[in-house]
Amino acid sequence: MFLVFILLPFVNFVCLSFFGRFLSPKGSIIFCLTNIFFSLVISFVCLFEVAFCRAPCFFKLANWVDCELLDASWGGCFDSLSTIMCSMVLTISFFVHVYSISYMSHDPHQSRFMSYLSLFTFFMLMLVVADNFIQLFFGWEGVGLCSYLLINFWFTRLQANKAAIKAMIINRVGDLGLALAICILFNLFKTVDFSVIFSISYLFSNFYLDFLGFNLLLLDVICCLLFIGSIGKSAQLGLHTWLPDAMEGPTPVSALIHAATMVTAGVFIIIRCSPLFEISYFTLNFISFWGALTALISATIGLVQNDLKKVIAYSTCSQLGYMIFACGLSNYNVSLFHLVNHAYFKALLFLSAGSIIHALNDEQDMRKMGGLLQVLPFTYMMIFIGSLSLMGFPFLTGFYSKDLILETAFAKYCLIGHFSFWLGLLSATFTAFYSFRLIFLTFLNNPNGFKVHFVHVHDAPLLMTFVLSCLCCFSIFLGFVLKDFFVGVGNSAWNNSIFFDSQSLSLIDAEFIPLLVKLLPFCCSLLGSLICMFLFLFFKKRVNLLFTFLFFYIFLSKKWFFDKLQNDFIGSFFLKFGYGISFKRIDKGFLEILGPKGIIFLFSNSSKQVSMLHSGILNQYTFLIFFSIFCFIATTFKLIFITDTYLMLLYILTIVISNGFNFRLK
Amino acid sequence: MFFLDLFKFLFFSFSLFFISLSGIFLNRRNLIILLMSIELMLLSINLNFIFFSVFLDDILGQIFALIILTIAAAESAIGLAILVVYYRLKGTIAIEQINLMKG
Repeated sequence: MFLVFILLPFVNFVCLSFFGRFLSPKGSIIFCLTNIFFSLVISFVCLFEVAFCRAPCFFKLANWVDCELLDASWGGCFDSLSTIMCSMVLTISFFVHVYSISYMSHDPHQSRFMSYLSLFTFFMLMLVVADNFIQLFFGWEGVGLCSYLLINFWFTRLQANKAAIKAMIINRVGDLGLALAICILFNLFKTVDFSVIFSISYLFSNFYLDFLGFNLLLLDVICCLLFIGSIGKSAQLGLHTWLPDAMEGPTPVSALIHAATMVTAGVFIIIRCSPLFEISYFTLNFISFWGALTALISATIGLVQNDLKKVIAYSTCSQLGYMIFACGLSNYNVSLFHLVNHAYFKALLFLSAGSIIHALNDEQDMRKMGGLLQVLPFTYMMIFIGSLSLMGFPFLTGFYSKDLILETAFAKYCLIGHFSFWLGLLSATFTAFYSFRLIFLTFLNNPNGFKVHFVHVHDAPLLMTFVLSCLCCFSIFLGFVLKDFFVGVGNSAWNNSIFFDSQSLSLIDAEFIPLLVKLLPFCCSLLGSLICMFLFLFFKKRVNLLFTFLFFYIFLSKKWFFDKLQNDFIGSFFLKFGYGISFKRIDKGFLEILGPKGIIFLFSNSSKQVSMLHSGILNQYTFLIFFSIFCFIATTFKLIFITDTYLMLLYILTIVISNGFNFRLK
Repeated sequence: MFFLDLFKFLFFSFSLFFISLSGIFLNRRNLIILLMSIELMLLSINLNFIFFSVFLDDILGQIFALIILTIAAAESAIGLAILVVYYRLKGTIAIEQINLMKG
């Protein structure tokens, strides 16, 4: 049963990608949906069995790498954490599959699209249920690959190509961190198994690493490298630039991969490795600092974006920042709670945005929309509910997790906790602002688009409506329903799948913080939305207002110059380094001369020289014969004293090499 | 008193040998000079034998020298015969032209 729901998406992928053209679009859709649906149902049965009945399941299926101590195997670690993630992934995946039937109905490559979606689901499940780091890395790379394939789905578009390559390359940076972390973990623990590493991690808490004169705590190094991995995958500050660009892909992909599931892999790995992170205080502080910074900065960038999907993408970045800093403050279950909630309302937002884009003939620029309230009332409703949930409007899904994250951050009563709290609060204000800005520009503003678009506009088709209303229900009720399961004090649903420090009581402390602080997030959201309404209702004509803040506006709309920084300094430096030094000097230089080309030249040159001796002139032959006899006699009777054999060898070698390298590279 | 200084005698035969050797190396024109050099080489070897037989008071060396002289005569006769045939065939006996051995 546990295996079936992981492998069904893979079966989907194989059947659709290899035999999709024989199945006909309709047949492949039916096949695909049936499999995903069964997979979803089984995952819920597993969730019930593992998380509710507290019967976790661990198994080793087969060896993958079996070399001395390296014992990577295909296995499954079905504890509460992974089954919750599985059911979340499969729910979103199912909805997105259904949605893309309608959304991609005009596309001739629909079965390829479906097969990629299924492959992504498979890899994500592999990542989540992995019981060792190597399998986790397999899933990690697999989802990266699927992200690339799906961003690049419309591969004739140049922007999509660029975005896909950008996503791939920036993710490589993070993957390098993860790979290094795995190497060091293996070197330290001599295994890559989660169960072994996590159970003995405490014994290694005072191991140091001497690196360039710095004396570093080894677990700090490991956790920082793991965090670099999650910076890349979860689009945290520094490596976040790929996520907004990834919006070039089809909208269902943005909903599934770049909002709900794949980008949360970075958060997942931190939660999974909580026994490691809990020992490393430095990394925890660093994580919360970085997460809080990401939450704020990407929210500010989101304020001024004009692309409908990019606004939501930056909001995803920001929410991921919330999850990360919650992890850094050791509130792993709160973070996971927000992860699951966020998946639903962000999928809702993206899919509704997809509905708008679909209705407007692939128009994404919010400046060319407006006035859609009259023509797309259903979509408006969905976006409105999704945005309220995102803002943390009381008693919607987002409220339960987002407010709790801020409260527990405050209840840490330490510097980094307060830092995260205030930055989180500020970004909550901005979140409210850009959500309402989105709604205003899209629905309430005067129509600014082309007439053609408005003539042919139509609200979401039946399938989309179904998906959107389901996700809408989740976005309203899920937080309330799951609250006690995820963050209820004293419940044992986690069943040791997450490591909690016994000192960490911030969930209880959060109940006793001042009322004012508890109300503050809501007030800030309200303030943000009110400012937005005020600006758009009364200052809409005052473009001059914009020019007073022109510097800030440019600064934000250029995304804090992160792209410029990356391209001009890091990118061009590495390009020059890669071409000039590592390619021309090392690959085509040293390695080529010491390797194949040098050896070929050595032999051809020396054989040419030897064949020159074969001249056919008699007295040269006689000279050579006498000379060699003389040398032979001289050496045997030690008339020439070369006592050291190595010296002689060296002498011969120098002659040979000086002959051999006497050539020019073409 | 007659003092047998072997070194001087040996130096004489040795230099004779090297003169003939350099005659072989340096001669590029005439094949007959080559034959002559070979003869000279054999003669210097003969001298060596004779000097040692006198020095060691052993008659065997002088007998050996006689045998070598015979063989040298036979060899030069054969060499001259080949040379004549070669001249008839090629019309030249310059060593520079003899490069049939080149592969």
